[in-house]
Amino acid sequence: MATATATPTRSTTAPTRPGGSSKFTQRKVSGYLVTALTWVLVFIFIFPVLWMIVTSFKSEADAAAFPPSFFFDATLDRYAEVFRRGMGLYLLNSLFVSVGSTIVVMALAIPAAYALSVRPIGKWQDALFFFISTKFMPVAASIIPVFLLFRTLGLLDNLWALGVLYIGINLPLAVWMMRSFFSEVPRAVVEAAQIDGAGYNRELWLVSLPIAAPGAAAAALICFIFAWNEYFLANLLTAVVARTTPPFLGSFVDGRGQFLAVLSAACTLAVLPVIVAGWLAQKRLVRGLAMGAVK
Amino acid sequence: MPFLITIYYSFQDWNLARPEERSFAGFSNYVAVVTNGAFLPALWATVWMTGLSMILSLVLGLLFAVLLDRKFRGQALARTLLITPFLIMPAATALIWKYSILDADSGIITLVLSWFGLPGVAWTTDFPGLTIVFTLTWQYTPFVMLILLAGLQSQSGEVLEAADVDGSSALQTFRYMTLPHLRTYAELATLLGTVLMVQVFDPVNIITKGAGNTKTLPYLLYERAFIGQQIGEAAAYAVITVIVTIALATLALRNIFTVFTEEAKD
Repeated sequence: MATATATPTRSTTAPTRPGGSSKFTQRKVSGYLVTALTWVLVFIFIFPVLWMIVTSFKSEADAAAFPPSFFFDATLDRYAEVFRRGMGLYLLNSLFVSVGSTIVVMALAIPAAYALSVRPIGKWQDALFFFISTKFMPVAASIIPVFLLFRTLGLLDNLWALGVLYIGINLPLAVWMMRSFFSEVPRAVVEAAQIDGAGYNRELWLVSLPIAAPGAAAAALICFIFAWNEYFLANLLTAVVARTTPPFLGSFVDGRGQFLAVLSAACTLAVLPVIVAGWLAQKRLVRGLAMGAVK
Repeated sequence: MPFLITIYYSFQDWNLARPEERSFAGFSNYVAVVTNGAFLPALWATVWMTGLSMILSLVLGLLFAVLLDRKFRGQALARTLLITPFLIMPAATALIWKYSILDADSGIITLVLSWFGLPGVAWTTDFPGLTIVFTLTWQYTPFVMLILLAGLQSQSGEVLEAADVDGSSALQTFRYMTLPHLRTYAELATLLGTVLMVQVFDPVNIITKGAGNTKTLPYLLYERAFIGQQIGEAAAYAVITVIVTIALATLALRNIFTVFTEEAKD
């Protein structure tokens, strides 16, 4: 999908004018140079990621060596070590809470967004504004009551409770995104369905949703990514049983001996699912993140 | 709703370690916030780190957006690779930058410096603020780039061709046609990015623990509430943080709605 989504960009190599063959080659050469420069910059920019992956296959001694070695005996031992330290549980916790909360969010967001987009209520902008304003509220502002409530109810270190919070956090964004995607479904299609006697339910699930499906997938992926990467709440509200991956990483370095390679392995495992998910959704990602203001 | 409770807490004298001695405190928490000398440095740290990261992200984001807005082999692949930093778990980003890239003894930056005969720099201890700025910039450059790229690609090709025919140089076209066109997009990216960055917590907690004047408002609040256990005072910080953020967010939302309503008119 990554390559298929290449949009028809304007060509910046302007059409050649008559009699300008030397100018043409000149343009071509400078074009190659710019492309080369682009790739060099891209390489430098994502080098930390590449380096993390490379380091994860090193032995600890190789990883700590200076100057760093670029040629070494690759080993999977570090990954085995990561799982010995119990990362399996944390990855599963993360997976459970991210996937679970995303499913609930989408189940709630799709009807809500559809209602907002197709059957506008009075002052729908106000309703949307309310949805979105909760997104801008720093988590820090509401964390104290939430923490005390959880403590009183004995919900600390509880994966379900964390999931409920993620649902609350992601729901506004999902509603907003889905509204934007639903509003693009051609009005005529919906009206045709109505004439054929489709009720609201059929109209939503059988007519509009299939058209807006790529958008829904992107919205779901964004919710998944946010939940998977969330550190602040997870760090504060979970301890042992319900710990998710980000706080586990945060407490990974214990200052004993060499840890760089095993840390890299743990980070690689932690970021892989999201990178893959994000690459798949990249084109719509930007729209979701810019709250639909950018097409 | 939880925020209303936060406001209520902010008027309470309440220490978690001594829960029974809870009482109404009036504005004393706010007085404490203003007078104990931690608030202003935290506000300043938040502002300069967010501001500098945002400016650097804008510059780099614009550079990458312009470079990617041409046809070349592997353009889609390059874009895909470039958005990676934004997807990576911030906790992992902070760790990798701290131990693998910026480390004074074996970090990559130290290696590059040594090629030029320069000694390694202990970034995380000597320049903790810059360390946070590096990671934030790295994370948010792709975000800015994607929005600006969308802006560049929405520019009408005809207008650019007309400029070309009229003998405008590439630089002139960029300066007088493209940049004004990008302004809305840049504003949007700035506002959204700022709102997200103001809440920065992960790298501060992982890289510096607030040492060396890197205590941001969210980190200070966290420290007061969950290490110092001063619920009332922390709640007062929360209220002030929210007021600052709301000021920013209102600005951001108004901007989004401008774009949004213009779009609806078409």
